Amino acid sequence: MKSKVVSKNNVFKVIFTLILFIVVATTVLPFLWMISASLKFETDVFSYPIKWIPDKINAISNYKEVWSGSYNFALFYWNTIKITVIATILQVTFSAMAGYAFAKVEFKFKNSIFICLIGAMMIPDQVILVPRFLLSRWFGLYDTHAIIIILLSFSVYGMFLMRQSMITIPDALSESAKLDGANHFIIFTRIILPISKPVIATLAILKFVWTWNDYQHPLIFLKSRNLYTIQLGIRQFASESGTFYSLQMAAAVCAIIPLLIVFLLGQNYILEGMAAGAVKG
Amino acid sequence: MKEKRVSTTKGNENLVGYTFLAPILIVFTVFTAFPVVFSFILSFTKWDFMQGITLNSMEFAGMKNFTEIMKDPWFIESMKHTFVYTIITVPVGIALGLLLAVLINKYVFFPGLFKVTIFLPYISSAVASAVVWSVILHPSYGPVNMFLQSIGVANPPKWFADVNYAFPAVIAFSIWQQIGYIVLVYMSGLKGIAQELYEAAEIDGCGEIKKFFVITIPMVSPTTFFLLIMQMINSFKVFDVVSALTDGGPGTSTTVIAYYIYRAAFKYYEMGKASAAAWVMFIFIFAITIYQWNQQKKFTTYS
Repeated sequence: MKSKVVSKNNVFKVIFTLILFIVVATTVLPFLWMISASLKFETDVFSYPIKWIPDKINAISNYKEVWSGSYNFALFYWNTIKITVIATILQVTFSAMAGYAFAKVEFKFKNSIFICLIGAMMIPDQVILVPRFLLSRWFGLYDTHAIIIILLSFSVYGMFLMRQSMITIPDALSESAKLDGANHFIIFTRIILPISKPVIATLAILKFVWTWNDYQHPLIFLKSRNLYTIQLGIRQFASESGTFYSLQMAAAVCAIIPLLIVFLLGQNYILEGMAAGAVKG
Repeated sequence: MKEKRVSTTKGNENLVGYTFLAPILIVFTVFTAFPVVFSFILSFTKWDFMQGITLNSMEFAGMKNFTEIMKDPWFIESMKHTFVYTIITVPVGIALGLLLAVLINKYVFFPGLFKVTIFLPYISSAVASAVVWSVILHPSYGPVNMFLQSIGVANPPKWFADVNYAFPAVIAFSIWQQIGYIVLVYMSGLKGIAQELYEAAEIDGCGEIKKFFVITIPMVSPTTFFLLIMQMINSFKVFDVVSALTDGGPGTSTTVIAYYIYRAAFKYYEMGKASAAAWVMFIFIFAITIYQWNQQKKFTTYS
């Protein structure tokens, strides 16, 4: 009797597994097709039936064209890495500091400021976009990486995530350090930060992914091609390279692969971090 | 003596608190708080950029920006599309996401593999994915249309280049891109459901489908509520997908409100109009959030 139930369940499990394979085919195949097309000669890109493993490989010339042609992806990479790394470090640092202040320090207007910041989460970027653009012109920061880094160095989400995590650290720890004469700065750097390592890693990886994929800020604040990030670069490349689809796919591979590597390495942090952020938020 | 010590620690706490907050407060004041106020003022002004970006060329225009956009067919189309986009992507994404999460959680082999692969589109940039899909859906040579032709569809849709198919294709792309995130959030919500509930239901003779409707759906309702608000707000703000896939075209067939604002501000330099449209957008987002917040109690079950 029992074995019958188990085998019936297994039949369903096999069917559902097959259905799921079809579903994830839509997420995996486009990326495989992209990689495959990026290795081909232009004339073979659309040959049908699809040759997933190309007969003739033109990878070196395709990638060379993308990396050092009129669109210089090496430079776009460097710009993106620069913006992403600096913005991530700044945001994690500022978020941790603010999180500590809201979680462990008693100061005037604490709650009002906190409510103001949380309320600002509701304001869509589009509302403040035009004034931000004007400010960048007035400060002479238009068409620089600095303005993007500044705008991305602040996020209510990061501050909130840090505060929620730090508030769960028992006060007894910092109280005993205080009795030993430690000030807030020492408590922050020596006690709270080391305990908060997992949430810092989560925020850093999330932030890295978001900044790497950010399209709207570079689109609005950058004009010179030599300042482009990879997302802006691939968009312009796709609209200007016209019919060179193998090159477009090579560029897309360049834009997607580094993140896939970060994702596969930091899978647990990313998946758990996003889920945790969602549940707490 | 004691009094004095307390007051100095208080002063010290204030100083420490504001020092730790300083970076965030400065950036917030200059680049968020001030822009909110300024954008509000801008929405009631006319500003000719030909005379330079100085405050001198700003003129008060009353409600003119608002009345003008209400008469602008582009704006009306944008609003209409934004609503349709939201009404389709949010419920379809959430329903599909919950279904997939339940399946992956309990009813398939290799759950880890599915969890990771379904998340790939979400982690890849919208822009790069959009470039890939527009080639895959290329009207004449793309592999999808080649396949359709090979099975006998003589005139397959031209997808992103087709007035009738572009918008559905944009919606499908968005769901494809978001689904991994929804699945992920639901899977962590499912973890929180006590196993005893299912066991008790089994003793009462509930089948799998009944368990899904009687236990799973009510128990994940806080997660559903969270996703509903977040996804609705994000749908209202959708920009990257449209900009990368179609630039709002062909014609006005895929334009949305965020794209309208971008176009007004940075293609036509009509800052007043763009700001007015942005505030209309904000009012909708605000109304939706407040409405759903009040509905929360009806929606969700807390054990």
